[in-house]
This record gives sequence, structure tokens and C-alpha cells, in this order.
Amino acid sequence: MTDAPRTSLQRVFTTLGHKEPDRVPLFLLLTMHGAKELGLTIREYFSKAENVVEGQLRMLRKYRNDCIYSFFYAPVEVEAWGVEVLYMEDGPPNSSAPFIRRSEDIKGLPPPGVKDAECLVKVLNAQKMLKAEVGDTVPIIGVVMSPFSLPVMQMGFDKYIELMYEQPELFWLLMQVNEEFCVQWANAQLEAGATAICYFDPVSSTTVIPREMYLKTGFQIAKKTIARIKGPTATHMASGRCLPILSDIAETGTAVVGVSVLEDLAAIKAVCRGKLTVMGNLNGIEMRRWTPELSERVVKEAIAKAGQGGGFILSDNHGEIPWQVPEEVLLSISEAVHKWGQYPLEWLKDVQ
Amino acid sequence: MPESNELIDSLVSALLSIDRLAVKTVLSRAGNGLNHMQLIEELVVPAMERIGDEWSAGNVSLSQVYMSGRICEEFAGPSGYPESASRKEQPKIACAVLEDHHSLGKKIVCAFLRAAGFVITDYGQGLSVDDLVRRTIKDEIAVLMISALMLPSALKVKKVRQRLDEEDYKIKVVVGGAPFLFDGELWKDVGADAMGKNASEAIEIMEALAGEAV
Repeated sequence: MTDAPRTSLQRVFTTLGHKEPDRVPLFLLLTMHGAKELGLTIREYFSKAENVVEGQLRMLRKYRNDCIYSFFYAPVEVEAWGVEVLYMEDGPPNSSAPFIRRSEDIKGLPPPGVKDAECLVKVLNAQKMLKAEVGDTVPIIGVVMSPFSLPVMQMGFDKYIELMYEQPELFWLLMQVNEEFCVQWANAQLEAGATAICYFDPVSSTTVIPREMYLKTGFQIAKKTIARIKGPTATHMASGRCLPILSDIAETGTAVVGVSVLEDLAAIKAVCRGKLTVMGNLNGIEMRRWTPELSERVVKEAIAKAGQGGGFILSDNHGEIPWQVPEEVLLSISEAVHKWGQYPLEWLKDVQ
Repeated sequence: MPESNELIDSLVSALLSIDRLAVKTVLSRAGNGLNHMQLIEELVVPAMERIGDEWSAGNVSLSQVYMSGRICEEFAGPSGYPESASRKEQPKIACAVLEDHHSLGKKIVCAFLRAAGFVITDYGQGLSVDDLVRRTIKDEIAVLMISALMLPSALKVKKVRQRLDEEDYKIKVVVGGAPFLFDGELWKDVGADAMGKNASEAIEIMEALAGEAV
């Protein structure tokens, strides 16, 4: 029997319980588009918590979204470690050169205090204000980089891969420091008003490391870290593949997995059914040139592959929709999920 | 040399396991009667090409591709790969990352191409469009490879192409990286001449372009 939720939060919780709510929940993971709403540059937009609050609330209404995405930008965490953030006119803020220049620098590296870092406090303030606005009607998604994936920004991807394979002692030392920071940062966001934490872990993806390596590293770290986060988590692979490790991910204690368009959604759903809610997997890079007809077709196909039985949230496959994606496409995605995502999915009988 | 396919299989397996000792053993087994360059051309390059293809198919991971390239570079020695007899005629090639600092893809492609006997000038990462165009023209580069991880950086390739066209500078632009993999049309949108899905494809593209660009 189909539940009849009255709010986005109820809709999402129903699907997380692997039951069909009234409609497939829609998570348009929009960040920079809030600047467009307010007529600001990306840099101006992220300079004040109030801007992000206003931007998120406008986008919630405009796109009939089922979540508030309180994520500012990926390098906010390394900014707290003293790294300069580089702003672009047409893309997400980027981190400048890594601050761990030599692997030896890892020794004696102290994690920053969340409450001492202005950039993180700004995010927490936005979450507090958003919570005051939406209460318990809409889930507020907070974000952390996993301890295992943060080093890509801390020391550069190549140096990090070398560390992983060649200097296990220093690798585990860095993981210890990062775990403390990650847990502190996640719990501060939950305290500020986030409903759940999106645990971005693209390095764990089989696009980046083989499963054998994952089981020895990212998997162990995720299990330990997620157990210390005092709220629900969604693990996101940020476009990376994860089909061969889905059953492992389910054992880390996470409730949701964000999956890639590079893998078949039906195959993913078959493994996740009853264990993990699937979030995905619209192609954000291609989305910038979709027509309304194509948006509808892609959304319909995703729902057909993963919607039945609940345990599915329609979203993009990367965890952030590019600045270049026009409003018309976002509106057409929303329209399509409102049209084809109503449970029960009777139209699927005709398709099948 | 023992059956070369069997040796390539063994080398691929040793590289994917990041097992330097096993790599050395395979190369020693193959080494009888072959000089250093022949070993590279007949064994190392085919092994690396296979690894690149397996990555595209989702069967091996980026960390394995990167470490394989690095181990092969170690094998080549401190002075790098010797000049390949089959690559006497090659265009001036440069590689770069525009705007951001994500250089892993560039490093992998450079490692593969160097192993295949190409000489590459590495402009590094975080370059502005102006900087890249200026250096390309000054160095008389004939093939410019641009690697991108972020969509805005990938889109900036269009500006590079426009600026080079404005200068009436004839060049082949080759792109690669995540945005081009997720949108198969993007490389054409930005005015590139070719797109490599993986490092071994970069070798094939460079071989095809080399003749045209020399």
C-alpha cells in the first residue's frame, strides 16, 4: 500500500524505508544556481550565509525540490586548513595548490577546529537559518568529504595514490587526523540543523581504486567514521563507478548511495533493493544541452529502472549540478518527475 | 624471447598488482636478446595500452593505471625513455591543465606517451588561456594536449582554439578527461581535433596525428 506523505521529509523517509511514498523524491543538488537567483556572482553569493539561505529557499519553491542542499563548495574543508579558494565566474570554487607538499608534512598535522574556522561557521549559520525556515518539512542535506577522499585536495591526487601504495604508516596517520575532523564537522552540521550528511567518497569508487584496496582502506574508514556520525548518511561516489562494491558499501552503515551514469541503474537497484536507497543518476555534464523532451525521456527511464518499491531518489550523478545547466532543463526535470514519478507506477505495466 | 603474449599478460598482471619485483622478473625473462628499446616497444607499450583499454571498460582503476605508468617510468631510468627509432619524425607536442590544479590525468597520459617514445613538453597545471596560447606559439608546438577534470576548464578549450585561430596558428588540439567522457559531443563543441578516452587512446591519436602534423 502506498503511503500518503504530506511533506518532502516524510516522502524521503518513506523511500528510505524501502516503501513507495506518494512520488519519487527529487533531489536537485543545486549550489551555484542560487547566485543566479539572486543576481550575484558566485563569489558574492558564497560570501554570506544569508545569500545561500535565500538562494536555497527560492530554488526549493521554484523547482519543487524535495531537499535543501546546504553544501557551499568542495574546498570549504581545506579552506579551514588554510588553503586558498579560487573562484571562477562559471564554475564551482576550486582549491589552490595542496598544502601537504611532502608526505612527511603529515606528521604532527593538527585538524582545524570547526568552530574556529570562519568558512565552516558560515555553513553552520546557513544551516541554522534554513532549519528555522523549513523546520521538519524538508530534509536539509549537509556535506562532508570522507577522510579517505579529502587528501586529493590536501596533497594532490598523484601524491595521494603514491602515499596509499607506498607509505602505509603515513597514510593511516593522515586517515586518523581526517577522521577526527570529519566526525567533528559532520556532527556540528547535524547539530546546526542538517537532517542527514552526504559522505562524499569518490576515491572509494572502483573508478579510482580496485575493490581489494577499498576493502583494506576506504571501507574500513567509512565503517569507523559513519558509526561516529550522529545522524543518517548518504555515501556519494561523485560520478565514480561502484557496482562491484555496493554490497560492501551497504555494510558501512550508510542509508543511501549516490551512483554514476556510467553504470546501469537497473543493475544497481537489483543489488541495493531493501539494503540501500539509490540516488542518481542523471548526467549533469550532458544536462546543459538537454531539451525538455530529452529531460522527460531520461527521467522516465531512470524511474522505470529504479523507482519500483521505493528506495530511490532521483538526482544527478555527481552531487552538484553544473552552472551551465539552464533553468528550463531543471524545470523540465522537475515536471517529469512530478508527472511520471507518482506511485504506484501504473504506467510501467504498459511499458513492460 | 618467450611467447610475447604470455609475457605481456604477466607484465599487465604485475603492473596492476603494483608489484615492482614481479615487473622486474618479467622484464628479465623477456630481456634475453632484446635491447632496452625493443623491450619497451614490444612489451611495455602493449602492456600499458591494454591497461588503458581495461580502464575504459571499467575493469581496472585509475590508481592502478597511474602506478603502472610510474613503475614503467622507473624502468626507463633517470634519463627517461630512450629515443625510439620508430619515432624519429615526430611533431612538437605539449600538454597542459587549464585553470585548475587537477593534474593526475595529464601525468598518466604523459607517462604512457613517453613510454611509447614520444617527447612531450609538460606545461604543468593552473594555466590561463592567455598563458597557454602564448607558450604554445612561442615554442612552435604542433600538437597541444589539454587535460580537464572540471567542466568549466573543459569549456575553456574553446577559448584556446579561438585565440590560436585568431593568430592564424595551425595546430592540432587533443583533449581528454572526465567531462569529455561524460559528454561524447563536448570535444567537438570546444573545437578540439580529437578526444582520447584513455591513455592508450592518446597513443593511437598521437600516432595518427604525428604524420599530419610533422
